[in-house]
Amino acid sequence: MHDDEMTRRIAPLIPALRRYARALMKNPAMADDLVQDCLERAISRWHQHRVDGNTRTWMFTILHNLAVNNWQQARFRGVHVTIDDVGDAAFSHPPQQDENLHLQDVMAALEQLPDDQRSVVLLVSVEDLSYADAAKVLGVPVGTVMSRLSRGRERLHQILAGAANGTVENPHGPALRRVK
Amino acid sequence: MSDRPITEDDLHAYVDLALDAARHGEVERYLARHEDVAARVAGYRKDRDLLRNAFARVAEEPVPSRLNVDRMIAQRHASRYQVWQLAVAAMVMLVVGVAGGWSLHGQWGPPVAVVAAGPASGIAALASEAADSYAVYAPDSFRPVEMRADDSADFVRWASQRLSHPVRVPDLAPAGYRFMGGRIIATAHGPAAMLMYDDDKGVRLVMLTRPMEIDQNAPMTSSHRGDLGGYSWADKGLGYSVVAPLGDGLLHPLADEIRRQLGRDI
Repeated sequence: MHDDEMTRRIAPLIPALRRYARALMKNPAMADDLVQDCLERAISRWHQHRVDGNTRTWMFTILHNLAVNNWQQARFRGVHVTIDDVGDAAFSHPPQQDENLHLQDVMAALEQLPDDQRSVVLLVSVEDLSYADAAKVLGVPVGTVMSRLSRGRERLHQILAGAANGTVENPHGPALRRVK
Repeated sequence: MSDRPITEDDLHAYVDLALDAARHGEVERYLARHEDVAARVAGYRKDRDLLRNAFARVAEEPVPSRLNVDRMIAQRHASRYQVWQLAVAAMVMLVVGVAGGWSLHGQWGPPVAVVAAGPASGIAALASEAADSYAVYAPDSFRPVEMRADDSADFVRWASQRLSHPVRVPDLAPAGYRFMGGRIIATAHGPAAMLMYDDDKGVRLVMLTRPMEIDQNAPMTSSHRGDLGGYSWADKGLGYSVVAPLGDGLLHPLADEIRRQLGRDI
């Protein structure tokens, strides 16, 4: 009964958790490692989750904190993650409508945003979190979410516009990227 | 129509379709009058669609089998079951040992001195009960406590009633330990209240308290069982024992802090 409830509330969130992790980690295997950690943590700490609490916000908070830890460790170790590590399968879909930017280009653009702006843009634009829920996930006031969203969107727009016009020096990004 | 000025926040909420219908209309009318802002907002919305489309594929991929929640839960059960098996085995050995000892006592020689063979009493018994409670409940990931911290007022009322003494919940948040909740446990000396705390790294700490017949007042003494450290004392007829897998250097200040808080008159 308890387990069914847990499965019923956690399982439907997995596709969205994978999507957010993929956007943060770039490398699909590392992204799924992160989601696996997140699920294990959620299962073992289910008792800490209030019955009437928002499971989605709770799970995104766990995942986000794990990603932040991961970045910090990677910075400490000086690990470089290249966009080339990303499997081809992720990019095999045709361009959408008149868009000629692929996931790879979008990821390269996102990567140029500061971590905190990227997270807000993704949680709000892609994951459809309310501003209040995004604030909970990131552990910051709603006002901070709004200012990061504003700066993040403006910056992303400049980057994407530059990439579409071919004015960016290397639209596919350098082989070695800044450490995440 | 309200006369509130259009803000940057309104523009983003407009992009995210997060405005109520009235405000949405106001922003729309504003954008109709301001081409430059309208172009910027249209750009944000286009980027938003681009992001959503680019990542839609990821959410549609079949979920890898290593992220199967049912299997992950089953694996946890399996590992917890092994712990239970060990606990049951230990219990069986204890029963066999006691029964064997008892059957021998009538057959050979004079009865064994009760004091030597009997269970620990006073503070030593309390410390041992606290370590037992830790061993059983702290590793429990599903229901380590019977009443959660959300219901701490109910827990305090219930525990105070069962112990016939006021039970208080020390606040260890400044030391980094969050109150998780508690339960009533059975001891050879009657009911005891177990309070559980944890820190942000998942280290759990248990405090056990019950009325004392022996050692009504006792200074703080330390005890160890494996990796578990413990500090126990008694004050005005109530005994307290704090156990956690921490070194004395970390646990002793916590125990002092608990004693300080509980020593205060309400």
